[in-house]
Amino acid sequence: MEEKLTLFKNRKRFGIEKNIDIIFKNTSLVLSSFVAIILLGIILVVFFQSFESFARYGLKFLVTSEWNPVKDEYGAFTAIYGTFVTSFLSLLITIPLGVGTAIFITEDFVPKVFREIIGSFVELLAAIPSVVLGLWAIFVLEPFFRAFFFFLNNFFGWIPLFSTEPTGRNSFLAILILVVMLLPIVTSIARDSLNQVPKKLRNAAYGIGASRWKTIFSVILPAALSGIMAGVLLALGRAMGETMAVTMIIGNSNVFSWSLLSPGYTISSMLANQFGEADGSQVSSLFYAAFVLMTLSLVVNIFAQWLVKKFSLKY
Amino acid sequence: MNSLYYQKGLSRNIGDKFFTSLSVICALIAILPLIFLVTYILIKGGSQITLELFILEPNPPGDDLGAGGINPALLGTLIITTIASIIAIPIGVGGGIYLAEYSKGGAFSRFIRFGVNVLAAVPSIIAGIFIYALIVSTKILFGSMYSGLAGGMALSILMLPAVIKTTDEGLKLVPNELRYASLGIGASMYTTILKVTLPSAFRSIATGVVLGIARSAGETAPLIFTALFSYYYITGFGDLFYEMGSLAVLIYNFALEPYDAQNKLAWAASFILVLSILSVNIFSRILSALNEKTKRL
Repeated sequence: MEEKLTLFKNRKRFGIEKNIDIIFKNTSLVLSSFVAIILLGIILVVFFQSFESFARYGLKFLVTSEWNPVKDEYGAFTAIYGTFVTSFLSLLITIPLGVGTAIFITEDFVPKVFREIIGSFVELLAAIPSVVLGLWAIFVLEPFFRAFFFFLNNFFGWIPLFSTEPTGRNSFLAILILVVMLLPIVTSIARDSLNQVPKKLRNAAYGIGASRWKTIFSVILPAALSGIMAGVLLALGRAMGETMAVTMIIGNSNVFSWSLLSPGYTISSMLANQFGEADGSQVSSLFYAAFVLMTLSLVVNIFAQWLVKKFSLKY
Repeated sequence: MNSLYYQKGLSRNIGDKFFTSLSVICALIAILPLIFLVTYILIKGGSQITLELFILEPNPPGDDLGAGGINPALLGTLIITTIASIIAIPIGVGGGIYLAEYSKGGAFSRFIRFGVNVLAAVPSIIAGIFIYALIVSTKILFGSMYSGLAGGMALSILMLPAVIKTTDEGLKLVPNELRYASLGIGASMYTTILKVTLPSAFRSIATGVVLGIARSAGETAPLIFTALFSYYYITGFGDLFYEMGSLAVLIYNFALEPYDAQNKLAWAASFILVLSILSVNIFSRILSALNEKTKRL
């Protein structure tokens, strides 16, 4: 690149052509800086809109769960808790499922054609719009799992997570639909990082007599770990920000409950649900919640990028 | 001698069998959602497809009227995605050109590439409330509040990172020899980019851009506070400045209605949305697979 540019600079040209060239370069420079402008704009707008609420409630907003537009009292604890619980528990299910699938796709258990078909099936799942998943969750997933929820409540009701009578829409269903949405992300990134592990490592492990799964667990997975971790973090960011499917199925209740079988809230579903008819200090409080959500997902995403940069060039 | 042969009973072989079957089960579970989802949408949505669906307005919720059609929402999705593409594609391709062709890997370009990744991770609902605060609540667009135009802008924020990324990566794959050759015969930088590098990266860029458009056609969260929803036909250019329906928001609104007629309409809209998005995806997959094959030859 460098060489090319110096070569170019030394050349003599007519005025018009030179000017067009300079204009072209600067236009593309301005266009690329749009990304930074939009990003900064989003951060600033959300921050300043939330200022009023931030000044009034301070950090108390994060730990109280009162949400009462009539009395003008706002605390987003239920939504923040819901955001964490749904995203972490859905990841807990997705990680083994996704990594297991990725191993299946990268190993040679079945002929390549079948593995490619399965791989693209999982990836196509990512193309389904979230709102359609929500529709499907309401009309198919919920009736399908209803009996299972009652079973959980009857036999494991002593665990706080299952302690309430199941309602039609609840946090557990939100977790399940999140699993469906995260699965393609985790699987495709895990597959890519497993594929990048050099063949030498596998051959060396086989050569000293390790079995296939010994090789996978002790050599290949550790070598691909940083890539998989980055994929998991990206999925976590997506889970926290995911809006439509969760809003449609989580039940949207601001009453705090430990139980996954009762309706809950996440920050994004609270925004989707209340933003339309909010006014006054409620808008500012919603922007405060949005600011919390944005900070969370930015931190997770930046950490993921850092992880990729730090560990990706090992082999 | 016996130890040279595969022995079933060895603990390591049993363990291997166990984990192998575990990963087979994982893969089977992983493909179940798509199969269930697509069959259900094909059956439930496909059975609702009639000519009326494409030409009528949706009726107001209720069981007595029948559902009507989704014409305004279908058109609205097309219009809003077109607006988003008109905004995002020039900015994205131009920005991508700067990153791939001009930047020398300095702090600025590293910052922009980082920003692209961060912007791609901004939750879609945040893009919606950003446009709401910037455009809808300030009535900056000639005094109109909720509008198709605002919806298009919100969508373009989601489309932009994908377009920049595919342009950047597509151009980086073009071999440097082509650039040297073009510059060597006396072409200027912009001619080289417009006539040589951009055309040779065109196919990969176009695939990425089309996938980005398809993805954003199904986005709902940025639209619910910007474009809102409308039951009425789109009749003219002026309607851009008013509330505009879209398939995605129609599905969201009508899925939550208690009436069967509206729910059916939501399924029909899902059928159209999913079918078009999936066919774009599958088509681009086949295309890029064919590309790889010709490259190898």
